[in-house]
Amino acid sequence: MRLTHRRTGPVAEQKNIAAVAHHFDTAEQQREASTLGMWAFLVTEIMMFGGLFTGYVVYRNLYPDGFAAGSHHLDITLGGINTMALIASSLTMAMAVRAAQLGKRKTLVLFLLCTIALGLFFLGIKAVEYSHKYHEQLVPGLPFADEGTLTQQVYVFISFYFVLTGLHAFHMVIGIGLLTWLTVKGWRGGFSKEYFTPVELSGLYWHFVDIVWIFLYPLLYLIGRH
Amino acid sequence: MPTKIFHTTSRPQPEQMTREHYLNVDYGIKSWLLTTDHKRIALLYLATITAFFALGGIFAVVIRLELMTPSGDLVQSETYNKLFTMHGIVMIFFFLIPSIPATLGNFLVPMMIGARDLAFPRLNLASWYIFVIGGSLTFTAVVVGGVDTGWTFYTPYSSSYANTHVILTATGIFITGFSSILTGLNFIITIHKMRAPGLRWFRLPLFIWAHYATSLIMVLGTPVIAITIAMVGLERLFRVGIFDPALGGDPLLFQHLFWFYSHPAVYIMILPGMGVISELVTCFSRKRIYGYPFIAFSSLAIAVLGFLVWGHHMFVAGQSVYAAMIFSVLSMLVAIPSAVKVFNWTATLYKGSISYDTPMLYAFGFIGLFTIGGLTGVFLATLGIDVHVHDTYFVVAHFHYIMVGGMIMAYMGGLHFWWPKITGRMYSEGWAKLAALIIFVGFNLTFFPQFLLGYLGMPRRYHFYPEEFQVLNVMSSAGASVLGVGYLIPMIYFIWSMRYGKPAGPNPWGAKGLEWQTPSPPPTDNFTKPPVVEEAYAYAPHTQEDRPRG
Repeated sequence: MRLTHRRTGPVAEQKNIAAVAHHFDTAEQQREASTLGMWAFLVTEIMMFGGLFTGYVVYRNLYPDGFAAGSHHLDITLGGINTMALIASSLTMAMAVRAAQLGKRKTLVLFLLCTIALGLFFLGIKAVEYSHKYHEQLVPGLPFADEGTLTQQVYVFISFYFVLTGLHAFHMVIGIGLLTWLTVKGWRGGFSKEYFTPVELSGLYWHFVDIVWIFLYPLLYLIGRH
Repeated sequence: MPTKIFHTTSRPQPEQMTREHYLNVDYGIKSWLLTTDHKRIALLYLATITAFFALGGIFAVVIRLELMTPSGDLVQSETYNKLFTMHGIVMIFFFLIPSIPATLGNFLVPMMIGARDLAFPRLNLASWYIFVIGGSLTFTAVVVGGVDTGWTFYTPYSSSYANTHVILTATGIFITGFSSILTGLNFIITIHKMRAPGLRWFRLPLFIWAHYATSLIMVLGTPVIAITIAMVGLERLFRVGIFDPALGGDPLLFQHLFWFYSHPAVYIMILPGMGVISELVTCFSRKRIYGYPFIAFSSLAIAVLGFLVWGHHMFVAGQSVYAAMIFSVLSMLVAIPSAVKVFNWTATLYKGSISYDTPMLYAFGFIGLFTIGGLTGVFLATLGIDVHVHDTYFVVAHFHYIMVGGMIMAYMGGLHFWWPKITGRMYSEGWAKLAALIIFVGFNLTFFPQFLLGYLGMPRRYHFYPEEFQVLNVMSSAGASVLGVGYLIPMIYFIWSMRYGKPAGPNPWGAKGLEWQTPSPPPTDNFTKPPVVEEAYAYAPHTQEDRPRG
């Protein structure tokens, strides 16, 4: 416990330091709490994706041939382009955080917009991939077109493909929503050298969603493909 | 109203008459629905979960009425299936899991660590709204016809065959889970970052340690049940093939994922109760808690071990026998930290100057009933015995001894202990003692016969049974009616006390926690001057001035 954080002066005096909520004593205490909160939240996300990954691992072991056959139905090029797009978006996000730390308003907004654009690009490609699956009749719940001897196993693979990438895409949508809010707030001068916690923490979230994809891409597209 | 100071340790409160506190600061409906004050949110939760407790209780009443006779004369199997399912779902997800953390925890965690609020007050309010939304969906499912899968939602019945309102109920539970996650997250960050000067980890009240361990389980476990329930829903809606063998899935995977959360969840339901008991036992025996670090670490040990024992729910489900043996041993290990707590509470009583106020009666009830519930848990962890009593009333009796005999006893004890702090008023001690006694008698009459029924072979989840089981079943049903009366009495005198109770003063029990060093009810910012902590549980034994009245 660092005593310096606590009650070093009347709350009112510290209010003028950018937006310290009434129940915190210092901006630093507030920032530390928020940061730890985001990390804890990311742990819950890991557990949530972890449940799905566990299921994936179990079936990958049960049905190795079916899963290898299933991954041949996926478009490795589109997946690869999307991987590049997300890695690039992580870079622009990191640049945005840097700009926020330096208090550069226009640079911040520019990099946030780049990140949003890359995110939307990713979702666009994802939509193209989903529509291909729909036309190839490789969607769970609809008449299923796989003609191999492993139809049922491929069905399980495709089920995991949609659940995993669907949950990931949902997180992308949330992330783009967050970034849009940051862009508006940043444009209006809501962040400064002293106060940029939301940018930093949204950055953490964005990187996390990217990392999930870094695991999804090899698991779904690459393994078993040779 | 006159101020009455019961103890020399309390600071005088001359301004009691017109003093502003968190309850009278504003009376408007908006001031409640948009509040970010953790104390008010605790009361919002209290009202909500009391309603759910009543709802779950109604289902229990119908179940016990049906089981008065061997034949199915009040309800038939379809209705009965819905009744026990909804009793389980409402009681577990909407009462037991939020019970102590969301009410007493919400109220006390910031106060006990000397903070002005939780780290994320708006998130705290959001978690209540999420809870209400999830609860409303599940309540809607109940109203439009209910669900009959059992609270466990076993696949493929839930995902493919049940023709009741699985999706609606599952959505409600899914959403409510996030309320639990956010509460746990809020507690963890608050305990890490908001402690008062001098409040080091090993000076924290054991209530805080228990809530920290509980929060860890909430944060690590709940996301797994969320995704599992979501997959059940997806399988039901879109025929995604994950759990249904007809689609290539594996129903055992569901059971593994389900119990990976739902076994630790029973520790979400009992750990906060243990935290309450630690506070009660030390206060009413006027002694420092015995073996503080052991109690603190046993909470963490239960949380950690709790994640490694889920397989004991699947001994007869077809998992590998070697896995079952390991799960069996690990399950027995949970008995060690649990026993550490019970022995330390008992040792605290030794040579203490014990007073028998209502909260302490509940604490005694807890220790005895939890011991029975815990020991029968060791029976169930034993592979051979479990095969005999699996899915019988023995199991039902076991977990009701933990949940009702343990958690609800602790919840009631905690409510009685902190009620003066929450409302600033005392309830009627005579009625409260009577209710505690009625609850204890009613509880044992309800659930002890169920141990015998289960051992004799009566399976759970059936609405009819052979005639030789009737005597024990009638005893159980009679006990349930006594128990129901026992729960109604406190509701009446608690409400009565809010208007007519004697003013409590800041510290009616002579307790030592930070929450007692501020007026009752506390001001919105909790403390009139920032607290500093130098010692934990500074109870000095055998000093007259510290004795509570009565």
